[in-house]
Amino acid sequence: MDLTAAVLVLDSAVRLATPLLLACLAGLYSERSGIFDIGLEGKMLAGAFAAGAVAYWTGSAWLGLLAAIGAAIALALVHGFASITQRGNQIVSGVAINFLAAGLTALLGQAWFSQGGRTPQLSGDARFSSLTLPGAEALRDVPVLGPIYYELISGHNLIVYIAFLMVPLTWWVLFQTRFGLRLRAVGENPAAVDTAGISVPFLRYRAVLICGVLTGVAGAYLAIAQSAGFIVNMTAGKGFIALAALIFAKWRPWPAMGACLLFGFLDAVAIRLQGAYVPFIGEVPVQFMQALPYVLTVVLLAGFIGRAVPPKAGGVPYVKER
Amino acid sequence: MSPDKDDSEKDGREPSRPLEKSRPGAAPAIRLSGIDKSFGTVRANRDIALTVEEGTIHGIVGENGAGKSTLMSILYGFYQADRGDIFVRGRKVEIASSDDAIAAGIGMVHQHFMLVDNFSVLENVILGAEGGILLKAGVARARAELQRLEREYELQVDPDAIIGELPVGLQQRVEILKALFRGADTLILDEPTGVLTPSEADHLFRILRQLKSQGKTVILITHKLREIMAITDNVSVMRRGEIVRTLPTAETGPEELAELMVGRRVLLRVEKGEAAPGAPLLSVERLTVVDGKGVRRVDDVSFEVRAGEIVGIAGVSGNGQSELLEAIAGIRPATSGSIWLEGGKDLARQADPARRRLDGLAHVPEDRHRMGLVMAFEENENSVLGYHLGPEYAAGPILKLDAMREDARRKIERYDIRPPDCRLKTANFSGGNQQKIVLAREMERDPSVLLVGQPTRGVDIGAIEFIHRQLVAMRDAGKAILLVSVELDEIRALSDRILVMFAGRIVGEAGPEADEGELGLMMAGIADEEAAA
Repeated sequence: MDLTAAVLVLDSAVRLATPLLLACLAGLYSERSGIFDIGLEGKMLAGAFAAGAVAYWTGSAWLGLLAAIGAAIALALVHGFASITQRGNQIVSGVAINFLAAGLTALLGQAWFSQGGRTPQLSGDARFSSLTLPGAEALRDVPVLGPIYYELISGHNLIVYIAFLMVPLTWWVLFQTRFGLRLRAVGENPAAVDTAGISVPFLRYRAVLICGVLTGVAGAYLAIAQSAGFIVNMTAGKGFIALAALIFAKWRPWPAMGACLLFGFLDAVAIRLQGAYVPFIGEVPVQFMQALPYVLTVVLLAGFIGRAVPPKAGGVPYVKER
Repeated sequence: MSPDKDDSEKDGREPSRPLEKSRPGAAPAIRLSGIDKSFGTVRANRDIALTVEEGTIHGIVGENGAGKSTLMSILYGFYQADRGDIFVRGRKVEIASSDDAIAAGIGMVHQHFMLVDNFSVLENVILGAEGGILLKAGVARARAELQRLEREYELQVDPDAIIGELPVGLQQRVEILKALFRGADTLILDEPTGVLTPSEADHLFRILRQLKSQGKTVILITHKLREIMAITDNVSVMRRGEIVRTLPTAETGPEELAELMVGRRVLLRVEKGEAAPGAPLLSVERLTVVDGKGVRRVDDVSFEVRAGEIVGIAGVSGNGQSELLEAIAGIRPATSGSIWLEGGKDLARQADPARRRLDGLAHVPEDRHRMGLVMAFEENENSVLGYHLGPEYAAGPILKLDAMREDARRKIERYDIRPPDCRLKTANFSGGNQQKIVLAREMERDPSVLLVGQPTRGVDIGAIEFIHRQLVAMRDAGKAILLVSVELDEIRALSDRILVMFAGRIVGEAGPEADEGELGLMMAGIADEEAAA
């Protein structure tokens, strides 16, 4: 593979990693606060649908983004209400949200647009278009550096940059701020937070809200940045891959970025190698290449990362003792 | 057994003898009046009036479920009282949350530490009192403040250590530091010595005296009368949600306090005659247990337990007693060495607790929640657990429920298990009654060898008396009993011979009359080092 091909695969990896990264960081906030969230997938899907629909009606990508965030927050609040206020089972609530989003988006899509659940094709300002970073054109023809800067660093849409900037921001929030300290504490021992005079529910609701915002952005990315409209079940398991990446990263922001890039890369390679001829093997079946990221996920999670210890209070509703 | 209204209860309302004060005339640090709290139909606290003088150490004693913890939780804002007023230094305060309590200068060290295990000491101390949105400035200030507190109160602890890696004694210091860092003037400690070694407990008491000398007020909740006598100035006794008496510690004694707590006379000493040991029923020779991490938990241990004697194993928790018990009970295979039950074959390598039970060995495990009982089961199910496949309780794979329940009712009566309901969920019994369920199950099998771990951990005084009597009765019936306990008093009261374990080895043997200091030195491994030198 020459440099151009490598850069193209990496470029594609970045694009594919973006929704994973946003969802992964979303899960990070929620799970660090002790609320397990298996409903990332559903929130992303609802966000994608809301973005596609609103961007089509208004012609504005920004309003689409806002709608996506709104829809995802609404579902996040349902999850919060079930698992924080009502102290319900977080897995059940998350699964319910996934089903709800999958069914509702298809149903409303068909009812409103009659295109088999899709939203109509978007163009122009209804989508986030690629940004060209300063100097990209000028550097384009410089060997090695040029293609890397022009193709890999520049030329993505705004949400990609937001996603990657969220990584240092999340690290900073988690480890340098009061909110981050309390967030980490409440996921480990909510009783310690309660006896320190801090409200456990309020803290957890804030974490769940941030989770909603980020999954909404991830959904908007899928529908109105990466693609030009919503397609039925367009998340296709990305929410679960993001969860896997979160475990793989042991709930830390920088490794989360690494994990998401890795999964994005595997996806990009799979796309690239479809129909390609591999020495000694011959043409690799498409299905195998498509399954590869998932197979590797299982392998990596099963044996390569050591023990991933989740936040200790994760999944356990907080009830004052005695 | 339980006189409902006796004299001590009636005069509980009368004004008590004058209390110890550090500064006459000063408003009390804490005054509670008319505090009532119910959980459903249970009245956990009824009409509580309590005065804690400033600059004193005030003990609160009572059996489990007497309402001590509830009362302190109300004072710390964990719960709200249904009725009643709280005064701090003469000023009435509303305490609706822990935040309010902290603001009123009240700090609490909980029985189960409220610490985040994977945080550093410093992070735990500042949690909730970070002093700003960003951590950096607060951390620097906290570091300086911790150094000052360390110097002032003998509270040395490395601020950057991770909590989970610290021993419990140090974790407790962090809890105290947390309260002091928030400017607490009154410190509540809930059963603080339950998890400590004797020397850690001594250190804690030094810290408490230091706090007192600096003008702080300490409220000490405990069920250990010895601690009350050793360190408090005044003491309040609680029983069934009420304060039955408050009096200066100097004017009372353990017997009077125990009587007030239980509501009847309690024998604090164990009455037992001379032992008449017979043939050895359990022999352990050169037993070594290496755990999964390669640590030698039990190291070359040999001893015998004879018919009609109680052998006590003393030692600070974590020195191999648990592993020794588990190896003998067949829960954990021994690495080398031998274990014989009366004339049988060597069982050391055969880890099969079910077989061991058939061979006449019964085991009351140290941790009844983890190993002794299934908390979600009904009482009668737990009362046959482990023996449930025997012909008396089962016909092939089918349990004989009626037989189980009949049997459970018999045990409930014999062991005075309350409430006497064999269909009740085990989790709904008090600690002492849960322990009686385990004891009844194991003792009623009439085993020849009984292993008992921590028989009275978390058990009320009244129940302790009963359990001790049962153990002595078994001994007198010619059984061999191996007793492991971290309570030195218990070991000394029950044992006919005492073995001291340190770092997996038996470092000494003593009679029951052995001096406490001497045993303490052996438990700390000091006698051992001298012998080696």
